[in-house]
Amino acid sequence: MNKNQTTRQKVEAGLPRRRRKEFLFRSVGMLATAVGIVFLGVFFASLIADGSTAFKQTFLKLDIELSEDTLAPDGELDLAYADFDGLVRSALRDALPEVSGRSDRRELYRIVSIGASYQVRDLLAANPELLGTTQTMWVPASSNVDMLIKGNIDANVDAALRPISDKQIAWVQALQESGRLATRFNTALFSNGDSREPELAGIKGAVMGSLYMLVVTLALSFPIGVAAAIYLEEFAPRNRWSDLIEVNINNLAAVPSIVFGLLGLAVFINWVGLPRSAPLVGGLVLTLLTLPVIIIASRASIKAVPPSIREAALGLGASQMQVVFHHVLPLALPGMLTGAIIGMSRALGESAPLLMIGMVAFIVDVPGSLADPSTALPVQIYLWADSPERAFAERTSAAIIVLLGFLLVMNLTAVILRRRLERKW
Amino acid sequence: MVTSASMTAMNENTTMNETPQSATVTDIVERKTKLGGATVGNVRSEHPFMVAEDVNVWYGDNHAIQNVSLEVGKKEVIALIGPSGCGKSTFLRCLNRMNDTIDTARVTGNITLDGKDIYRKEQDPVALRARVGMVFQKPNPFPKSIYDNVAYGPRIHGLASDRAELDDIVHSSLERAGLLKEVKDRLDEPGTSLSGGQQQRLCIARTIAVNPEVILMDEPCSALDPIATARIEDLMDELCEDYAIVIVTHSMQQAARVSKRVAYFHLGLLVEVDETDTIFTNPQHKLTEDYITGRIG
Repeated sequence: MNKNQTTRQKVEAGLPRRRRKEFLFRSVGMLATAVGIVFLGVFFASLIADGSTAFKQTFLKLDIELSEDTLAPDGELDLAYADFDGLVRSALRDALPEVSGRSDRRELYRIVSIGASYQVRDLLAANPELLGTTQTMWVPASSNVDMLIKGNIDANVDAALRPISDKQIAWVQALQESGRLATRFNTALFSNGDSREPELAGIKGAVMGSLYMLVVTLALSFPIGVAAAIYLEEFAPRNRWSDLIEVNINNLAAVPSIVFGLLGLAVFINWVGLPRSAPLVGGLVLTLLTLPVIIIASRASIKAVPPSIREAALGLGASQMQVVFHHVLPLALPGMLTGAIIGMSRALGESAPLLMIGMVAFIVDVPGSLADPSTALPVQIYLWADSPERAFAERTSAAIIVLLGFLLVMNLTAVILRRRLERKW
Repeated sequence: MVTSASMTAMNENTTMNETPQSATVTDIVERKTKLGGATVGNVRSEHPFMVAEDVNVWYGDNHAIQNVSLEVGKKEVIALIGPSGCGKSTFLRCLNRMNDTIDTARVTGNITLDGKDIYRKEQDPVALRARVGMVFQKPNPFPKSIYDNVAYGPRIHGLASDRAELDDIVHSSLERAGLLKEVKDRLDEPGTSLSGGQQQRLCIARTIAVNPEVILMDEPCSALDPIATARIEDLMDELCEDYAIVIVTHSMQQAARVSKRVAYFHLGLLVEVDETDTIFTNPQHKLTEDYITGRIG
């Protein structure tokens, strides 16, 4: 560099380089953001494309004759043993009278779901007076028919390579032409528990399991976490012990979640003797998982309270307790709540520790209490993704959409709560 | 913190070396030893109310205040002056035991309020701070309404038996702080919505609402403009009719205007104490003279 240059010349000489650097940095930043948005877009698009079809389901319209001869041969209706399958089959034969021969008929029966029989049973259980009448009912078609209608099974490939035969395809078309086949909203997805039959499988059991777990987790981890944070931040003496505790809490936040599952298995199930697969145990394990997150977030928001407020209160003669509960806590609460909800979101999305405590079991019943066996949404997604039936693919995506919806609602709640409370100072 | 501050003070002094008569580092160290903790002037007050004897404060290994003895009289304003890091704020915070909140701080010596040791075992710092109020450098109103700011002290100490009495305390405190006229129609607005000078007067109102006997002020005007400063100074003139006021200030004009006595601190030592007029017209110690004539500080 020329020594004779003035300061101004030196500054100006360096300007293009600075501008170039700034431009480069901005471009890289924009590129990174764009890549992120593209990935997110692809993710959502594929998820919605795959999952949205699961919210519709193919149904068959059958005229089912609730004949007393078939259902109550000895004059008494026994719901447990009555031959509902027979009713559905004969209704199906009536709908397609041209099908004849044992093997053809057996093939025909496969286009209707086993759920049709349950539906007839439930109808009779609720209305026993309908015995002897003929009811027109929309009953679920089998998942293969559903997949065919939705285009997930290609009718043009070789018959040996698809789970539905040429004859079945022809019958489905015939039913479609006679107006006996339609796609309707899939209520089973939201009102049923898990099932081996995709067309009957629903997420209600998993959603209820997740909700029970979140209730347990929130009820335990928020008060414990906030209390621990307040004690550590405001009351605990600063010494080697408190340093050790601090380091350990930070480390706990980074422990792989499956380890917490093992801990839960060993302590809550084997030692304490709590039931397996229960949301109670799941909630306890998730509490262990979220506690460090809540403690760290709460401590950070306590630290963010300006010391001048503490001094003002102390200078007026407020006790340590009064300083904390009158001044620090109200100011730190929005941050604590945000931390808690972020912790809850993490807990909601956790599956690994739940596998360890048996919440991965195949459970058909919707749990009615904290001790009932149940599964959770992310585990349900894992279970369905693992299932071979074609129709579980779209249900997997649908369950993911529901889970993301939950997370979105929770994060929105966090934002709204923070806004509300901050405005109130 | 204090270490770095006193280092800064020393550095400032070294950089002041251009004029031969100013204090050099060796100079100061020498004088310090010569001083031996003895304070020039008169540390006694005519009507002593708060008495400090041989107070030493350590922050960890840092000896922040050395053998300071000072009497604060009833209904008098005493100003503590001195360069940054000289220990005047530290001394002030000893008087209402705010140093207790700093883990590493250690205080020895004897401080009495109305004849009773405030560091004795049975002394509850909470009760002490109700008697010795404090106003801070930066206005620090609570993020609550103006009313709640003033009412907070009386509430926690249970000074009012009903709402009407509390209203009375709040109104009279605001009145005495010269703020009532400006805020009486908006007592439920946040205290943080006021201007800087108003906020500081709110803090003073909040302090006097507890009806303390001594008010400590830690550079109460350093964040304010001259007009707001003048109002606070007027306020101090009125308040000293009822309270003893100890004020830390960086402004010698302010010390000259508001105080009856002045104490000059230097590097943790109380160098000189005397009537304000004497200090500013006829300082006895060289360091005091250097400081008030602007050679160090």
